[in-house]
Amino acid sequence: MKKLMGILLLLLSSQAFASSGHALQSATIDLGNEASLQRGAKYFVNYCLSCHSAKQLRYSRMAKDLSITPELVELNLMFTGDKIFDGMNISMRPEDAEKWFGVNPPDLSLIARSRGADWLYTYLKGFYIDNSRPFGVNNTLFPEVGMPHVLADLQGLQKAVYKEIENEDGSIRTVISKLEIVEPGRMTEKEYDDAMNDLVNFMVYMGEPAKMERQDRGWKVLLFILLMGIVFYYLKKEYWKDIH
Amino acid sequence: MSGMLKNALGWVDDRFPLSKVWNEHLAEYYAPKNFNWMYYFGSLAMLVLVNQIITGIFLTIHYKPDAKLAFDSVEYIMRDVEWGWLIRYMHSTGASAFFIVVYLHMFRGLIYGSFKKPRELVWVFGMIIYVALMAEAFMGYLLPWGQMSYWGAQVIVSLFGAIPYVGEDLALWLRGDYVISDATLNRFFAFHVIAIPLVLVILVFMHIVALHAVGSNNPEGIEIKKHKNDKGIPLDGIPFHPYYSVKDLVGVAVFLFIFALIIFYMPEMGGYFLEHANFVPANPLKTPEHIAPVWYFTPFYAVLRAVPDKFLGVVAMAGAIIVLFLLPWLDRGVNKSIRYRGPVFKAAIVAFVISFVGLGYFGMQPVTAVGTFFSRFFSIVYFAFFLLMPFYSNIGQDKYVPERVEEGK
Repeated sequence: MKKLMGILLLLLSSQAFASSGHALQSATIDLGNEASLQRGAKYFVNYCLSCHSAKQLRYSRMAKDLSITPELVELNLMFTGDKIFDGMNISMRPEDAEKWFGVNPPDLSLIARSRGADWLYTYLKGFYIDNSRPFGVNNTLFPEVGMPHVLADLQGLQKAVYKEIENEDGSIRTVISKLEIVEPGRMTEKEYDDAMNDLVNFMVYMGEPAKMERQDRGWKVLLFILLMGIVFYYLKKEYWKDIH
Repeated sequence: MSGMLKNALGWVDDRFPLSKVWNEHLAEYYAPKNFNWMYYFGSLAMLVLVNQIITGIFLTIHYKPDAKLAFDSVEYIMRDVEWGWLIRYMHSTGASAFFIVVYLHMFRGLIYGSFKKPRELVWVFGMIIYVALMAEAFMGYLLPWGQMSYWGAQVIVSLFGAIPYVGEDLALWLRGDYVISDATLNRFFAFHVIAIPLVLVILVFMHIVALHAVGSNNPEGIEIKKHKNDKGIPLDGIPFHPYYSVKDLVGVAVFLFIFALIIFYMPEMGGYFLEHANFVPANPLKTPEHIAPVWYFTPFYAVLRAVPDKFLGVVAMAGAIIVLFLLPWLDRGVNKSIRYRGPVFKAAIVAFVISFVGLGYFGMQPVTAVGTFFSRFFSIVYFAFFLLMPFYSNIGQDKYVPERVEEGK
């Protein structure tokens, strides 16, 4: 069993390396950091929640889990006229969204579970100027993305710096080597990275609000099973004394 | 036992064979005394079955088998139902655990010759359980109504369409629609929660009745019933209860520790137990880039993809399962246990394990030239292992096989 698990884990790690075509930047996820989650919630409702819903997360649940009083949530984090027990819905109609953006912006409740934290972090930092796109920006991780760079007033605008690399057959192709800020925003690069880390941290929480409780209960359950196992082991030894 | 309890038991025994069943299957069922750790997986499989049934009942209390509501109802369980996340993870992890336990249980049977005469029907019933389990898992996987649920089901049901003449109609009949839809979800729910579980429980009962009629095999492959004392009790046998009931508890504790570790700390198992794409609601208009079945199906999926023709691929995949049923008649070896088999058989087992795991790995990956090459190679090894067994299984077996279980074996 343990050996099999070992093999499984080995497969998982090799899989993770093989499947990520782009180098992802890693976000620091810490669901115990309440201040970070609260800041992330602020960024989320201000920058994401006008177009993207997060209908699976109730405001009241967020208030409880993030230790924000319901009054403060109603005052500072709710804009749509929802009740505190409602999920985070938006007022934009899907038909309009399709007209304006070409696609209906997806609900983000579970986005951290389908995409992963590092993907989101890299995506949020990956916007660069591309005048061929309707909103003037493109994304390194999500080419031809339909979303405008809504965080531009924080980050500023980035320009892509290209480099040429040689293919196996000798032909040359151009790829983006890095992104450079050309028009500064309200935040320094470091501040923006931290802000996005908070936002992603919040989105991970949003994907599974029970995660903190799960991990906190886990070790107690494991400890109980361990003690139970020790009792069973000695029980077995006692019974089997007379065999052989 | 106090007098009153004894009287109550007597009253029941006059009307129902309670003591008789208890004795025949537990207190006076004599099992070989030399079971090793590989003999835990039978009782563990029953434990997981009970886990699936109990957590399944709680899930059906809150789940909605409706294409419009299913996905959100699973999230409702994860967020709003008290302890719902735990019940859901116990069920989803239980599905994978079931296959891990059953694969190891089958492997145990394979290496110790537990399928050989007189236990052919024990093996065949077990194989039917395995097939029913695959149907159960496949239909259950549609219920969360995520992208992988939807497209996985679409791919698998469309395989039936490859059968000549009746295929398309058969696929239509299974889906109840031209694509996977609400109708499919509703019927898969019915099969998943009542039809197949009922079949499974009946089959498990038959599997155990058959086993207890012929008696358990053991790592030495010795028939303990050959040597009995004057009371008719096998000399190398010990009563299942209390000896193996307390021993199995140790196995249960080890299993539960690993099971809980996954539930509480890695319920997605890196995308293998719960696939990442399944956190996106099913969208019939958007095919995912890469559709992979859950890990326990991938060896057979790799066999399917290894064959260039779709229909022949389906035949090969079905053949890979059918050939397992024939194992008792393909193996011509006289000795049961791998401990007394020839080097060719031992090497064949190693080749089989490598090919099965290899097929499982390549079945998860997107199609590549290298992957296809290895899938074909491993498929050939897989079939050769079974189909050539009548010719190699009796080569170079040990002449001496002990009559009795020796100390420390």
